[in-house]
Amino acid sequence: MSRTLSKPLPERAAPEAAPLAEGRPALSAPRAERIARVLAPLAIGLLALALWEAVVRVNHIPHYILPGPLLVLKSLIADWGTLWPSLLITLQITFMALAVATIGGVGLAILFTTSRWIELSFFPFAVILQVTPIIAIAPLILIYVDNTYIALLICAWIVAFFPILANTTLGLNSADHNLIDLFQLYGASRWQTLLHLRLPAAMPYFLGGLKIAGGLSLIGAIVAEFAAGTAGTGSGLAYRILEAGYRLNIPRMFAAVLLISLTGVLIFMAFTLLAHLILRRWHESAVRRER
Amino acid sequence: MAESSIVVGEDAGRAPARPRRELVRLERVGKTFANGVVALRGLDLAIGEHEFLSLLGPSGCGKSTALRLIAGLGQVSAGRIVWAPGAGRHREARRDIGFVFQEPTLMPWATVWGNVYLPLRLERVARREARPKVEAALAMVGLTGFEGAYPRELSGGMKMRVSIARALITEPRILLMDEPFAALDEITRFRLNDDLLRLWQAESWTVVFVTHSVYESVYLSNRIAVMAPRPGRVVGEIEVGAPYPRSEAFRTSQPYNDTCRRVSAKLHEAMA
Repeated sequence: MSRTLSKPLPERAAPEAAPLAEGRPALSAPRAERIARVLAPLAIGLLALALWEAVVRVNHIPHYILPGPLLVLKSLIADWGTLWPSLLITLQITFMALAVATIGGVGLAILFTTSRWIELSFFPFAVILQVTPIIAIAPLILIYVDNTYIALLICAWIVAFFPILANTTLGLNSADHNLIDLFQLYGASRWQTLLHLRLPAAMPYFLGGLKIAGGLSLIGAIVAEFAAGTAGTGSGLAYRILEAGYRLNIPRMFAAVLLISLTGVLIFMAFTLLAHLILRRWHESAVRRER
Repeated sequence: MAESSIVVGEDAGRAPARPRRELVRLERVGKTFANGVVALRGLDLAIGEHEFLSLLGPSGCGKSTALRLIAGLGQVSAGRIVWAPGAGRHREARRDIGFVFQEPTLMPWATVWGNVYLPLRLERVARREARPKVEAALAMVGLTGFEGAYPRELSGGMKMRVSIARALITEPRILLMDEPFAALDEITRFRLNDDLLRLWQAESWTVVFVTHSVYESVYLSNRIAVMAPRPGRVVGEIEVGAPYPRSEAFRTSQPYNDTCRRVSAKLHEAMA
C-alpha cells in the first residue's frame, strides 16, 4: 500500500492527474513501519534461538537428543559438502516438476476455456488428484515407475499442478465481459482473444498460483524422497535427513531441515518478486476520479 | 411505429434537417433471454444518417439490449434489423460500428496507446502504420501526451476519453454509446458532452446514445426515442429542434426547458 502512495507521479500525467502527487509526503511513516517489519520478527527469532541455546547448555542436553542452534550451524558448515549436492538434486526435482506443472497447468486451463465439455470431463479428476494426500500416492507411484527420479518428479508435479490449473482457469474466465464483447465486435479470432485478452487477464491469477505451486513442488519433492526412502537411488535432502536419523546425527537433521526451509522461503520470495515486476505497472484496483 | 412525434423549438432556423437517409432500421424487434425475461417486444426504430439519437428510458426498459442488438452482440428473437446497403455488421464492414460502454472497459495491462490501437491490432494493422491514426484519435479526445500512461494512472473522465478514442480509431459510421458518462461527476460529464457534440459535428457520424437522463438527452440529441419497460419498446419520439453548436447558454434557455418538460411528461406516461 505504501508503494502506491509514494509512487511518484509520471511526468506525462500533467494537469488533470495532479492530485496523485499528494500521497508523496506520507513516505516517512511507511519507512518506519518497513524497518519494524524486519526488526521485530528478527528480534523474536534471535530471542528464541538464544533461549534454545541456553536451555540446551544449562540442562546439559546431549546433542543426539537436542542440539543447540550453534551446533546446528556448525554442522551445516561442516556437512556442506554432503548437503549442498543433495540440495541441488532436490532443487532440480522441484523446478523440473514446477516447469512441467506450469506448462501442463496453463495448457490444460487454455483447453478448458476452449471447450466447456473438456472442462466438465477433466476437472473432477484434477480435484481428485489434488485432494488425495501425496504421501499416500507416492509409494504406489514408486512401485509402478521404475525410474526413481521420474517417480519423484511425478509426485512433485501432482502437488504443484493443481494450483496453477485452478488459478489459471479462473483467470482466463475472469476477463471483463464487456471487453470480450468488444473483441467480438471487432471480429477478433479465438486466438486473438486468448492472446490479447484472456491470457493477460489471467496473469495475476497465474502468478498467484505459481507462488503457491513453487512451495508445494518443494514439499512434493521432499515427501516423495521420504517415501522412496533409503531404498531409492535418491540423495536429495530428504534422503540426507533419513540417513542422519538412522545414524542419530541429529544436528545434521536440523541442518537439512533448515536448508529446506530457507529454500522454500527463497522460492516464495523469488516468485513474489516476479509477480511484482510483471504486475506493478497495471494491477492495482485504485480508481482515481477527476476533480 | 412511434405512438407520437412532437416537434419542439420551432424557432430553430439553423437546426439540422431531418435525416436524409436511413442508416439502420429496427423492425418489430423482440428479444427474449434464455431465462424467459422479455427484454424487448415490437420495437420499431429508424436511425438516420448523421443523426444524434438518444434512447431514453428507466432502467430495465431494454435500451442497452437494443443497443447491443444493433451492434450485433446477440441475436434478435423476433423482427429484424435492416442496415442501409454497404453499412452495418457485415464481416468486411465491422469497422463501421464504434461502441462505448458505461465503464471505460480498458485493458489495464495496456497503455493508453495500446488500448486505442486495439481495434486496428485485431485487424492486423502494423503498429507503424497505425501510429498516425492512434495519434489523431488521441488528439481528438484531447489526450495527446498520455500515450504511455496506464489506465490506472488516469481519472475517470480521462479513461472515458480513451474509450471514446478507441471507438473512433476505425472511423466508424455509427457510434453506439451505452450510458457512457453515467458514472462520471457532473463537471466531467458536461465537458465530455460538449466535446462529444463538437466531434459529432465535425465528423458527422451517426450517434445512438443510451441514457437515463432527460437533461443529457435533450442537450445532446436532435431526436429522442422514449422507451417503456416490461416489455421494452419505443413509446414516443421527440425532435429537439435547437441548433448546434449548443453550449452552456442552451442549458438555461426556454426551448431547452420546454423540451425537458415534454420529454419528462412522455417518460412519466411511459412508466405509468
